[in-house]
Order: sequence, then structure tokens, then C-alpha cells
Amino acid sequence: MAMKPELMKRMVKGPDGLEFEVEPLRDYYCEAPPTVMPAAYIKIVEDLFNWARAESIWILGFGTGCGAIEMRPLMTPRFDAYRYGVQWRPTPRQANLFIISGYLSTKTLKRAIRAYEQMQNPKYVIGLGSCTINGGMYWDSYNTIKRLDDYLPVDLYIAGCMPRPEALLSGFMDLKKLIRAGKGEGANKYVENFDWYKANQKRVIHDWDMPDYNW
Amino acid sequence: MTTLTIMRELHTRLKALFPVGELTEQRPALGFVTVPKEHLRTTLMHLRVKEGFTHLVLLTAVDWLEEGQFQLTYLLSNRPLAIDLGLRVMLPRDAATMESIHDVWPTAATYQRELREMFGIDFPGSPRLHEEFILEGWKDIPPYRRDFDTLKYANESYSQRPGRETHDPATHMKQQLYPNGR
Repeated sequence: MAMKPELMKRMVKGPDGLEFEVEPLRDYYCEAPPTVMPAAYIKIVEDLFNWARAESIWILGFGTGCGAIEMRPLMTPRFDAYRYGVQWRPTPRQANLFIISGYLSTKTLKRAIRAYEQMQNPKYVIGLGSCTINGGMYWDSYNTIKRLDDYLPVDLYIAGCMPRPEALLSGFMDLKKLIRAGKGEGANKYVENFDWYKANQKRVIHDWDMPDYNW
Repeated sequence: MTTLTIMRELHTRLKALFPVGELTEQRPALGFVTVPKEHLRTTLMHLRVKEGFTHLVLLTAVDWLEEGQFQLTYLLSNRPLAIDLGLRVMLPRDAATMESIHDVWPTAATYQRELREMFGIDFPGSPRLHEEFILEGWKDIPPYRRDFDTLKYANESYSQRPGRETHDPATHMKQQLYPNGR
């Protein structure tokens, strides 16, 4: 598979007339591997941090499958997830919870990985719907993954096809409990098993044309 | 004049000009005719210019594996009369190639790109034909071909979570209701 022309190393002429070399896959990304984020120096401080993290769950507004529909009623007054400190953000840089909402094709998986890696620590992943658990109704599909936890560290699954908004609210409550108990360690798990996750990801994404870690 | 009469008269007029097959009347406002491959373009142009079929609704393919053929369906619509006519073209399945119609309807280029990727039908001259359309980095045979084993591919490519089992509803209910096998 040939690399896309916009990703190739090339000479570019800037608006000021200067020519310079651009290598997109190296230039704009930090090549340092991700590191484990240690807990605070004392447990009571870490507990305070975890309490704060649990009370401000900011979700990345990225709908991969039909489950994205279930998040719309949550934003509006009927279910109103905002009263629990849950809100949706437009960019991965501002979010700390990634909800994989339904089936994930290999093409979307690539974008999901990029988005997940761009999120700031600490970050959490919820797998929504049976498609993320075992493939669901796409169990024999040629282009959807069957187990999300092979590719991203999943903190919590919400089962159903589709789960109703109430199930999502209950899931948020469970995630809060996990975070407060200090068990929301998905980002560190991802870093510790980085090679394993990368190997799994590269096994299904055949045209890998991005850096190994997208800051 | 009813829609069906319009459709039948249209078919009669077409038949006088082109070697088209019999009319399949799906609904009063939807019919299909088979056209030989080499007469497709002239038939399309005639329908577009003389008969008011100005809109290409879709271009799709069917894989007739047993007959060794691909069927292309060009669905055209006549908006003022609200009738749709589908033109069917049969292609040999081996090294399937079809004339591109992107110069008649530019939207056809997108359909042709999709058909090239999903069925492996070539449309020489169609713009951006060999760019990836939906699949990224696909290495196997085109996935919509019927000889592509989807389940086998899924099992080989993606790890399945252990514990997934299937229950045939009839057997399962029989077990539930008559555990002693009566």
C-alpha cells in the first residue's frame, strides 16, 4: 500500500518564499513513548484527586456507531446528564472519557486510537453496546472488530443492543465508583502494555500511516 | 393514462429502437429491462434525452456466482412522470469490465468507485477509480463478491471473545419445555 502523498517527506515553499523540508509523520509529533502517570505522593491527596476526577466526566463527542444516538437524549433535559457533572466536549484534548458507542470498523478504529491517544491523562474508556463486547450483530462482519479491549483499555462495558440512556447514566455512576476507588487506571494499563496494544492494532489496521503514539 | 400504460408504451418504443429484453413490472411505477452491454450507453442517452429520464437514482451490482455473471443495475428516474426504469446489464464475472458513464452522470463515478472496490468490476476511465473508497488497506478479494467467505475472514482477522455460543431457538425451547426429551 503506497503512502498517501500528503504524508510523504517533501520540500514545501512557505508564504514568505522560503523553501523548507516537511516530514509530516515526524515533524508534528512527539516521538517520546508515553509514560505511566504515578499516583500522588500520599493516598489522601490521590483520593481527593480521584473524587475530583469522578465528579467531572467530560466525554469526547465521537460517535462510532448507532450508540451515538443514545447520547443525544442524555444531553437534553429529559435525561440531563449534565446534572451529574457529565458533559460532552468537541475535542479529545478537553475530554477524559471516550465512549465507543457501538460497532467499530477498522477504519474508525484508526481514528478512535488517534483520538484516544490525544486525550489527556487520566482518561477512561467505556464500551457501549454488545458490538464492543463481542461483535454483537456484526460478529461475522469483514470490517468490524469483535473485542474492543484488544485495542483500547476499557474501564467499563455497558451491555445491550442498544442500551437505553438510563443504562448509560447507571454506567456513569459505576464509572464514578471505579474512579473514586482508584481503579480507573486504563491510561496506565495502556502504557504498560503499549507493545501488546500496538501489535493488536497493527494486525487489523493494514494501512498504518500515522506515528505509533499520537500526542 | 395510468402509470402502467405509460411504462408499457415506453417499453414498446424502446424495443423498436434497441434490442432490450422483456419488461419486468415490479410496481406500476417501477420496471426493469435487460440491455446488452454494448447497447447500454445509447439506451441511457436515449432515455435521458428523449424520454425525460434525467436522474440516475443508483448504480449497483448483483453477483450471480452460479451463472458466472455480474448484473449491473442502472436505475433511472423520470421526475415529471414519477416513474423509475432499471436497466440491467449482464457481465461475465471473470475480469469484469464495463464502460464508464461518468460523463453522462457525474455521480456515476462514485458508484463505479464503490463497485470497483466492493465487487472488483473495472470501469476504465472513471475518475479516481483506484483510490480507496470505503475500505482502507484491503488485501483480500473484494468483499461483496459471493465467493468471499465473510465469516472465515472475520474469524481469521479478528479475535473473538470466548464464550459466545449460538442457540437454535427451536432446540433451545424444546430443551426448556421438555427436558426429559419427550
